[in-house]
Parts: sequence; C-alpha cells; structure tokens
Amino acid sequence: MIKIDDYIPIAGQSTIDEIRMVAGKMAGRRVQHINSTAVGGGVAEILNRMVPLLNEVGINSGWDLIKGGQDFYSVTKKFHNALHGRQEAIDQRDFDVFVETSRENIAKLDISGDIVFVHDPQPIALVEKKKGNKWLWRCHIDVSNPNRKVWDFLMDFIVKYDSAVFSAPAFSQRLAIRQFLISPSIDPLSDKNKELPQETIDGVLRKYEIVRDKPIITQISRFDYLKDPLGVIEAYSQVKRYIDCQLILAGGTASDDPEGQKVLDEVMEKAGSDKDIHILLLPQNDIEVNALQRASDIIIQKSIKEGFGLTVAEALWKAKPVVASSVGGISLQIKHKYSGLLCHSIEGAAFAIKQLLHSPDYAKKLGANGREHIKNNFLLTRHIKEYILLFLSLYHPEDVVNL
Amino acid sequence: MPPSGAQTPFVFYASSHISELTGLRASTLGQLLELIKDVPGSSIYHHTHRFLQQHQYLSPEPPNDFSYWVADCLGDIELGENLASIDTMQFLTIRSLREKITATIEKHLEADPLAKMRFARSGEEFHFIKAISFVFPTNYVAHDLDEFIQAIKKVTIDSIYFHIFEARLRLEKQVNDFSNWIGSAIGDKELANKISGLDPYTHTLEDLRNKIIYLIQKKSS
Repeated sequence: MIKIDDYIPIAGQSTIDEIRMVAGKMAGRRVQHINSTAVGGGVAEILNRMVPLLNEVGINSGWDLIKGGQDFYSVTKKFHNALHGRQEAIDQRDFDVFVETSRENIAKLDISGDIVFVHDPQPIALVEKKKGNKWLWRCHIDVSNPNRKVWDFLMDFIVKYDSAVFSAPAFSQRLAIRQFLISPSIDPLSDKNKELPQETIDGVLRKYEIVRDKPIITQISRFDYLKDPLGVIEAYSQVKRYIDCQLILAGGTASDDPEGQKVLDEVMEKAGSDKDIHILLLPQNDIEVNALQRASDIIIQKSIKEGFGLTVAEALWKAKPVVASSVGGISLQIKHKYSGLLCHSIEGAAFAIKQLLHSPDYAKKLGANGREHIKNNFLLTRHIKEYILLFLSLYHPEDVVNL
Repeated sequence: MPPSGAQTPFVFYASSHISELTGLRASTLGQLLELIKDVPGSSIYHHTHRFLQQHQYLSPEPPNDFSYWVADCLGDIELGENLASIDTMQFLTIRSLREKITATIEKHLEADPLAKMRFARSGEEFHFIKAISFVFPTNYVAHDLDEFIQAIKKVTIDSIYFHIFEARLRLEKQVNDFSNWIGSAIGDKELANKISGLDPYTHTLEDLRNKIIYLIQKKSS
C-alpha cells in the first residue's frame, strides 16, 4: 500500500507537509465520491489512488458507484460523444432511459457525505438528493463545443450543484455556479508510471513478439473513435513510406463503454496483414502499458477530442517525445516544439513523427523538457492539494482565504 | 553591524492557489481590452503571476498570459513584447498594474487601428481565470538571521512566492515580507533594500531562494 510519505523523494517533504496542513482544515468533514465505473478510464484510475491517500491525510473519503444496465450505458455513451461535439441521434427515449435509471440510483444510493463529489454525467442526477450538504460536479469531458440538446438537459442538474470542475479553460461555459479549473494527474508511483527494470520491458516485448529492430511508435488508448486509432494507422502508413518503423496500438476497454469492440474490429480490419502493426488488448495491465511506453521511440496521441489525455502525461513523465493532437487538455501538457509536437491532422502527425525519427537529439530534448513540466504541474500530489483546496472553497467564498 | 536578533519572529507562511473559471473569453484585441477593464483584480493577478509557479525552471512562455496570447494567438508580436516588458515591480497595486496594461493596449490600438481586426482562431480564445489563494502558516519560524537562512532553505517555493510576490502586490504591503522584517525587526535596512532591489519577475523561484540566501550570507560573513 502506497503512503503519502512515499511521494517525498519526488515532491519534497514540504509539499507533503502542506497537504497535511490544508487537510487539517477540513474539520472532520466527510467526502463521498460517486462515479459509474470502478475500473477502466482515467477517472477510476485517479480515484483508486486518490481516495486512500485522502483518508491517510485525515479526510474521511468514500467512493460509491451508480448502477445501470446496457440501455443506460448506451445512452450515456451517446451523451458522451454528443458532448464532445460528435453527431448523435438522440431522442426522447434516450432521455427517458437516463431519467429512469437515475431515479433508481437516487432511491438506492445512500448519500452520507458532507461533500458529495460527482464525476461525469452518468451520476449527475443524484444532486436531486441534495439536502443541506455541499455538492461538486467534476466534468472530465471536453465540453468546449457540446451538443446543445444534451448540454441543456444536463444544465438543469448542473445549476443545483455548488461548484463545477473542468480540466481545461476552453471547457468553461457561462454558469450560474462557481467553476474551477483542475487538471487531472498521473501517479508517479503506480504500476503504470514507476521505473521498470530493463528485463521487465524486454519480457513484455518478447511476450507480444515485438522485436526492437526498427523504431517503435505507440498509441496507448481505449479503442474509441474519439482516440482516432484509424487515423493513427494512416499516419503510420505515411511515415512507413520513408522510414521502416513499427506501430503499437494498445489499450483496454471500460466497463461503461459498449462501443469498444466495434472500434477494435475496424482497427483490425484496417491493419490488415501488416506484421509491423501490433494491436494489443491489455485489460488493466498497467505494468505492460508502462513497459510498452518505455520501449517506444515515439508516443502518439492523435485524439479527435480529449477530456485531458493522461497518456500524454504518462509518456512525458518517461521523458518520451510525444506527437499529439492539439485538443482538450493536451495543449496544457505540451508546449509546441518545447515539450512535444502538436498536430491538427493525420498528415501533420505523420510529418511530426518523421521529424522526430530523423532528429533524435531534438526528440530527446523535447522528452526531457516534457518530464520537467509534468513533474511541476501534473503529478498526483498537486492534484490532491487542489482537491482539498476545492473542498475548502465550498465554505469560503472569498478570493483570498486565510486558513 | 546591526543586531542579529529580532524583536518579533518571522513566521513563514505559504499560499496555495486554485483557478476559478469565469466563463469570460476574448477572440479579438478589442474584446480582450474591454474584459481586462472589467474582470476582478484576482483575474489580473492570475494572468500576470500564474507563470511564476507553473514554470519553476526556465520558462518557455513570456511572463504574462496577455502578452503570450497577443503574440502567439493574434500574431501581434510588437504588442506582445510591449506587454511582456511591463515592469510589474513598479506597481504597488493590482489596480495600477491593470491601468498600465489597458493603457499599453489602447496606445497600440491608436497607433495601429488594424490591430482590432485580428482574430484568434476557434479554440485559441483567451479565457479569463481568477486566482483563489489560501494562505496558511508553515512550521518554520525565525528569530534571527541564522534561523532565517536555515528556514528559507527548507520552505517550499510556495512560501517564497507568497512573501515575495503575493504579500507585496496582492495584499498591497508595497514591499516584500522578507525585506520588511529584516529592515524593521532585525534593523538591517541595507540588507532589506538589497533584497527588495532584486527583480523577482526575471528569476525562477529556486534562483530567487538562492539569491536571497547569498545576500544574507554575504552580509553575515
């Protein structure tokens, strides 16, 4: 079990002291996190580590899940895509399914937090149970250009919260409640990010029959249209005309994402018989993800929309050169030509990959700068502190708060 | 040689921040100007100081968000340079700093009315954010300069940031807390002036820590 003091060598003693200090101002208030999945995706990953650490620093924290059937998660996936700006046919029946499942969860779920911290749209309607306590809505989605029908539907719930939290400034909207900007984070001590011995990395490559005889380009992501795996294969093909290289597309699927298998099938079809394309389904195998990232020469994240893009932070933490779409929270992590290369198209991604493969010193410098940027701004310790400050802000409306 | 013991001890504080979104955004220089006049002081403070804590090593960005956006997203290099070179140390309040920023933009618009025509492309709008500060005491207290040096070596850069930047401008104390204490409680005006004479906006916070330690040690030796 990882302890908060284990982060001292990375974050420094005084940072941990400050976390304990601000946590001490919570005066015994209980925080209850609620989301829709215990595994898969960035939210579950953060909560898995965040909740025990919050408890350790003295903030009584719990984590509950809502329940829903296939119908409900098909609707919430449609909502998710529509909020990201994708065309989706959404009708009254979808809203009815959402409301019906929400009603069941409202009836069954015990609300015990002084602060109830609801993550993403799936459990958003639980705010109907608000009774004198404080409610936070954490939106992990890129809602810079949302489908208005879905957004307006959610707005009826959002305005009942005390505050909302977004991952990037572009996601903010004019709201009647306070809204905060808090980036998610990576955990430097997790299996996905800790240092690995070379034997482990070599072992994972052997397991998947990947030979390091040519540069490795990797995208780690769920099989999801918004991550554009088909576009990644196209960019790889454009690079391959000039540079002999190989591509790894690796990821799992989340239990609340019914679309994953369909996307995976299309990816397999597009990859065809190319033996240099490795498509790996890795359900929750963090050590293997870590090893694949470390074995790669370039990490790509060619998302069409992105709530934040934690895989970019993971790659930069490993000092890897990254080529990524300039969407969502990615532009907070990569300053173009300083800590990575940003792209806006398949052709742009292919060009950037070629640039980096031809200029290894430049690629190395981008990776080193990227690691420093992640260390300063996107580690779990910063995230924990900001969440505690967010909790405190619920009781302090002023701009300068003396604790 | 002034006495090294202080009548009142120096308690090191630190401040931590979270960013509050306002939902206000600008796509043109005209919109930016109008919003800069209108947003709360906490937003002007955020956009002129955020870089200090986010880029603790060599910063790849100009020292304020307005300058960065005008140069990088509107392509107005000249105005970007004018905004970046505003000497924040010359201003004692957020209000006067805001007036200088608006005057710089207005002067540029008078000289080059076409500057109003530039648009940021979709997704690159300027988003106004407020800094919400939480101020709290740390465990470090100094009764003399020796203890002060030992403490300043250990406190977080957030503590140095608070006493140098936030206390002077946002809390309108007009001089940084270190110089204030060394000048009044320790009685060493010369050392106090040397520290307040540093231009902290052109140092990283770690550099600033080392510079202050160097000045005190040089004085004591």
